[in-house]
Amino acid sequence: MSQLDINNMKNPKRAKYWWTFTGVTIFMAVLYYVAFTETRLQAQRSIWESGPLLKRFFWDPFFMSEIHAKIPEYFGYMMETVAIAYAGTLMGAILAIPVGFLAARNVGGHFTFVGKAILNAVRAFPEILFAIIFVAAVGMGPFAGVLAISINSIGMLGKLYSEVIESIDMEIISTLKATGASKLQVLVYGVIPQVIPEFSSYALYRYEIDVRSSSVLGIVGAGGIGAPLILAANQRNFEEVGMMLFIIVLTVTVIDLISTNIRKRLV
Amino acid sequence: MVARSKKTTWWVTLPMNNTKRIPIIPLKQKIFALVVLLIVIGLYYLASIATNSSPERLINGIPHIYYFVVDDLIPPNWSYYSRVLPPLLETWNIALLSTSVAVVFCLPISFLAAGNINKKAWLYQIVRFLLNVLRTIPDMILAVMFVAMVGIGALAGVYALFFFSLGILVKLVSETVEAIDPGPLEAIRATGGNIFQIICFGAVPQILPQYVSYSLYVLEINVRASLVLGFVGAGGIGLILRQQMSLFNYGNIAMIIFITFIAVTIIDTISTSLRKRLV
Amino acid sequence: MIEFRNVSLTYPNGHQGLKNINLEIKEGEFVVIVGLSGAGKSTLIRSINQMVKPTEGELLIDGENTLKFSDRKLRKFRRNIGMIFQNYNLVKRSSVLRNVLAGRLGHTGTLRSILSLFSQADVRLALHSLERVGIAEKAYIRADQLSGGQQQRVSIARALTQQPKLILADEPVASLDPPTSHAVMKDLQRINKEDAITMVVNLHAIDLSMQYADRIIGLRNGEVVFDGPASSVSEKTFEDIYGRPIKEDDLVGDASNE
Ligand SMILES: Nc1ncnc2c1ncn2[C@@H]1O[C@H](COP(=O)(O)OP(=O)(O)OP(=O)(O)O)[C@@H](O)[C@H]1O
Ligand SMILES: [Mg+2]
Repeated sequence: MSQLDINNMKNPKRAKYWWTFTGVTIFMAVLYYVAFTETRLQAQRSIWESGPLLKRFFWDPFFMSEIHAKIPEYFGYMMETVAIAYAGTLMGAILAIPVGFLAARNVGGHFTFVGKAILNAVRAFPEILFAIIFVAAVGMGPFAGVLAISINSIGMLGKLYSEVIESIDMEIISTLKATGASKLQVLVYGVIPQVIPEFSSYALYRYEIDVRSSSVLGIVGAGGIGAPLILAANQRNFEEVGMMLFIIVLTVTVIDLISTNIRKRLV
Repeated sequence: MVARSKKTTWWVTLPMNNTKRIPIIPLKQKIFALVVLLIVIGLYYLASIATNSSPERLINGIPHIYYFVVDDLIPPNWSYYSRVLPPLLETWNIALLSTSVAVVFCLPISFLAAGNINKKAWLYQIVRFLLNVLRTIPDMILAVMFVAMVGIGALAGVYALFFFSLGILVKLVSETVEAIDPGPLEAIRATGGNIFQIICFGAVPQILPQYVSYSLYVLEINVRASLVLGFVGAGGIGLILRQQMSLFNYGNIAMIIFITFIAVTIIDTISTSLRKRLV
Repeated sequence: MIEFRNVSLTYPNGHQGLKNINLEIKEGEFVVIVGLSGAGKSTLIRSINQMVKPTEGELLIDGENTLKFSDRKLRKFRRNIGMIFQNYNLVKRSSVLRNVLAGRLGHTGTLRSILSLFSQADVRLALHSLERVGIAEKAYIRADQLSGGQQQRVSIARALTQQPKLILADEPVASLDPPTSHAVMKDLQRINKEDAITMVVNLHAIDLSMQYADRIIGLRNGEVVFDGPASSVSEKTFEDIYGRPIKEDDLVGDASNE
């Protein structure tokens, strides 16, 4: 019996594998069936006839003096976008610190679950829904955008912060306690130096993301370049859309470069 | 560092009754920290003026938001759910289809964007550059462009999210490809395998778990992104959201938000638990 | 003077770390505690400043039962005890000077220390401590840029800056190479002699223990199985403490490279 029968070898996991495979296949088939039958995917125009349109987006804006004249205005809107992201990220990054500490297993103690629950709830909520709520609550304008960005950043950064805090060297904490240091002194001399570089690095990274997000917040009325962009699109002024898009791409690229450079030096 | 520390030794060797003040943090570092702090605060000051969001206003805004949520959003108009579900399904379908197509297309592009597979430096640089540009374009702007190209409807949303998620996926997958163990690739190259054999038998098996995991992750991102596509006419739940907002119909808006929150949470939970098992 | 009276320690999981310890350590003594891994050396040393708290008995220091101290009193008591660890336990991203100044935290008001407002006397004391272990020129360098031996010296300087009556060292040289081990042990010995600071040191290595200790205490399974002057100790004593023959690993080797 111990002899291997090469002609009749069976993979012992085979049965289970086939069940999983069949299950996943059927599940996917249903999903795609629903997707194709329930969604109207007809094009009103063929995408292959978009040539002239693409030219209006990506080529013409650079050669039209009326568009050139609007560049300063667009640039102003972009600065507002950058400012929304900055104010929002900074607020979020600061408020995320207490939440992050609360959610960290080695600090929060019995209250860890409270912090984790807050963070999970915030993160499950798409950013743009926050923007909509804030626009309705405090009115249209960049202020609503700042609120949306900051609350979303609390959720994202709070989670990352708590992971950083959970990974600090706890031996140092007990060492400082053994010299007779008070809780606050332990925090300032033992904890903060260990977490500051990561905290700032994550905040910068979050800023890169938030610049992208705040450039579309205007679509729901929360300020920034999104508002004139959507207006121009609705009026089919695609050259204007193209120029704004160019400004966004340029700004985001520059900010990414600067931020990546600083982050490299931090940690 | 070394040079500076040598310069600072002179006072240490001086007798301890020397009256010169010894700094705890060297002056240069103090100034640097101060400058950084001033820049951060100064920029915040400018930003808060530009966005009209002084900390004072933030604090004053909290009661507004609280009363808005308590008085206007609660209770949601529960009976509105029947109008919410069909566009929500469309939202999900847009996310699913765009992710699926991106998952298929990202694989060949990822190998082009991986330095250890694509040895043609010029091609590698071009692909990288195009991807970097693609990743700076926000999803909603892609949606605006595709609505202009193919007209209002879900298809524009599928196109937009396809390109959007392609950028993210290729970045993630190509980084995974660049981190794979070169041994198997060398082995196949040594037996005389061509580039396709190297990819299929050497690289793909190594990246498979991460590849599936990233695909699910991008699906999560796309579900969130697809919620607002309707604001620019690219299908899904955003359309009715915009309608109800312009009507100030907060009961209905609350219902939309509530159902969306539940749907997103369910999809996230399933996807996250699948991803945990994979990697 | 440190006095253990029937001290026992049971960990929360039920493991008995110390069993009925009775010891007297006099001021200015250089005591080395030896024993196999898991014998309870760290437990014994950490119970002196209550990083782990004994569950039974009395631990008298200068006649006072420290196990009855309030939190406030405990903090005050701890600032007179320096502690040195195998892994140095420095804040790696802070400068050497800041790490050494941490030894003054117990003596400095919370608000002052948070604002980094140490008195000039404290700063000078910190630098003097660094000078005594021979690395004053590294004061403004980040701690993680130093070698292991240098880092251990920083942690000795931190303990010195506390101006303690007692220094506890839990395997201070276990991560260092033989010449550096001897150098660090010599630093400890010098401090013990010059300042009359009591030293309680855990060591693995037999030769180091015999060379630097005034007195050796042997532990096995949480019990004191040997206690006597270093001069009375032979390899046979260690075989009794360890309950097995001496091996090559139990020795560090001499300081020939120094
Ligand atoms: N926090 C704890 N909880 C439960 N048991 C512990 C704890 N710390 C130590 N012990 C146990 O107490 C015993 C003594 O541990 P201790 O760390 O004092 O040994 P040691 O002599 O210092 O050993 P080593 O040479 O490995 O450092 C060991 O059996 C250990 O498993
Ligand atoms: Mg130990």
